[in-house]
Amino acid sequence: MSFDVGAVRGQFPILSEIIDGKPVHYLDNGASAQTPNAVLDAVRTYETTGRANVLRGVHRLAERATDAYENARVEVATFLGVAPMEIVFTGGCTAAINLVAYSYGSLLKPGDRILLSELEHHSNIVPWQLLRSRAGIEIDMIPVTVDGRIDLDKLPGLLTPRTKLISLAHVSNVTGALIDVGAVVAAAKSVGARVMLDGAQKAPHGPIDLPSLGVDFYVFAGHKAYGPNGIGVLWAKAELLDAMPPFMGGGSMIGRVTFAETTWAPAPRRFEAGTPPIGPAIGLGAACKWMRALDWTGAHAHEMTMVQHLMDGLQKIDGARIFGPAGLQNRYPVVSFMLDGVHPHDVAQTLDSFGVAVRAGHHCAQPLMDRFDLDGTTRVSMAPYNSRGDIDALLTGVRHAAKTLR
Amino acid sequence: MSDQLYQDRIVALAKAKTGAGKLAAPTKSARRDNPLCGDRVTIDVRLDGQGRIAEIAHQVRGCLLCQASASALASVAVGQDAAGIAAVRHDAERAIGREQGEAAEPFSAFAPVAAHKARQECVLLPFEALKDALS
Repeated sequence: MSFDVGAVRGQFPILSEIIDGKPVHYLDNGASAQTPNAVLDAVRTYETTGRANVLRGVHRLAERATDAYENARVEVATFLGVAPMEIVFTGGCTAAINLVAYSYGSLLKPGDRILLSELEHHSNIVPWQLLRSRAGIEIDMIPVTVDGRIDLDKLPGLLTPRTKLISLAHVSNVTGALIDVGAVVAAAKSVGARVMLDGAQKAPHGPIDLPSLGVDFYVFAGHKAYGPNGIGVLWAKAELLDAMPPFMGGGSMIGRVTFAETTWAPAPRRFEAGTPPIGPAIGLGAACKWMRALDWTGAHAHEMTMVQHLMDGLQKIDGARIFGPAGLQNRYPVVSFMLDGVHPHDVAQTLDSFGVAVRAGHHCAQPLMDRFDLDGTTRVSMAPYNSRGDIDALLTGVRHAAKTLR
Repeated sequence: MSDQLYQDRIVALAKAKTGAGKLAAPTKSARRDNPLCGDRVTIDVRLDGQGRIAEIAHQVRGCLLCQASASALASVAVGQDAAGIAAVRHDAERAIGREQGEAAEPFSAFAPVAAHKARQECVLLPFEALKDALS
């Protein structure tokens, strides 16, 4: 049976809105995806029938809240194929990377090396630069090929016995390129390095079997994966979490506090100081459950059909050039392009007048823009609910920008 | 709404590219970046003995609004000192609705930007760069 995009769209209330007389052609999913009824309902149920703080209360609302919060952890763990106690809820994907950079980073010694790539989001660069300032570690960088992929041919030559962690985007937020995780993990093992993947752009495209990937850390954001804002996930192998010191101190993360000495709770509690984002976590749990129920074989094929339709349409527009993989293999539906003679912001602004939402600019990847001497790109990032009509509206807008702005 | 942003006068200012380029021997230069969008403006000025602008050139790596603003600014900058440029900036601020009152030419062309708060910094970036160059 073919993928029923209409049935998926019907679950997302915002997609049937008319704003300023225009339908919503939402193609900025890489920045934030939209939220289905299943998530909205779960958050509303918590807020209206179980709102209380978690873990410590003995009253029945607290028990409901705690059950819902811990069930969310189970849902996320199931989505990733891992144990619930290896799931740490954070304030977002950036917060999760900062947690690793601070906590795992504190175990590193001056002269130890972290390997990143040229296409990383700033959130997978700056926390390591802060660690470099704090702890004297070194940062190495894997270059990117002209078609916007991390150049893994260069990886072996960049590894040293001091390389302790390789931290890379699972899918590029600019080019949509999927990394060959097996090659990275094999290379890392050759020097005993750990591997972290930034899954911000991968998690929104279906369940992930982390044990089969063989990585050590995985992070993703709730709001890009059809969940609420203010929630992110860090997964790490239990042995790593057990060895890592706390990132933030406060309530819930302690064993016993005295003024002389404080002991830490075991993971994941050790990394969830204070009242956690309970409603957002519950919403993310619902989002993971919703994603697990979707036909991803059909959804991915549909997304790639949309990518091909977009690429075919852009090819017919004079001066439109795609930045990223030209084919559909090993890529996800994030497509960046330039329109010669028109700045990406002006393309995006024109598209808004057609009811089309995209992102334009450097996409928090300035080193990548510098490498290719780009002012920025216009980025189309899709979700399973995007339709051919969304892409057609976009192409109409790009043609209009090409005609009027240069 | 947005389709009214790129009105002919703004597009014409950007296409005019008044002052686009570099000066061979600038008295001062300054570069400003907008960290949010990555737009970058570099301005060269040659000043006379009284601190007035004798010659101006700009390089813009930015959107059409930023290019149009730099072009408009260059068209009125010669003969102005820092105080004069500050007065011109008030015109731009009036045009984009940040200050009360009517904006004079050429900045009155930027009136559509008043409805696009996220794009107003694009208009002001060349002023920031020029202020630095004159300070």
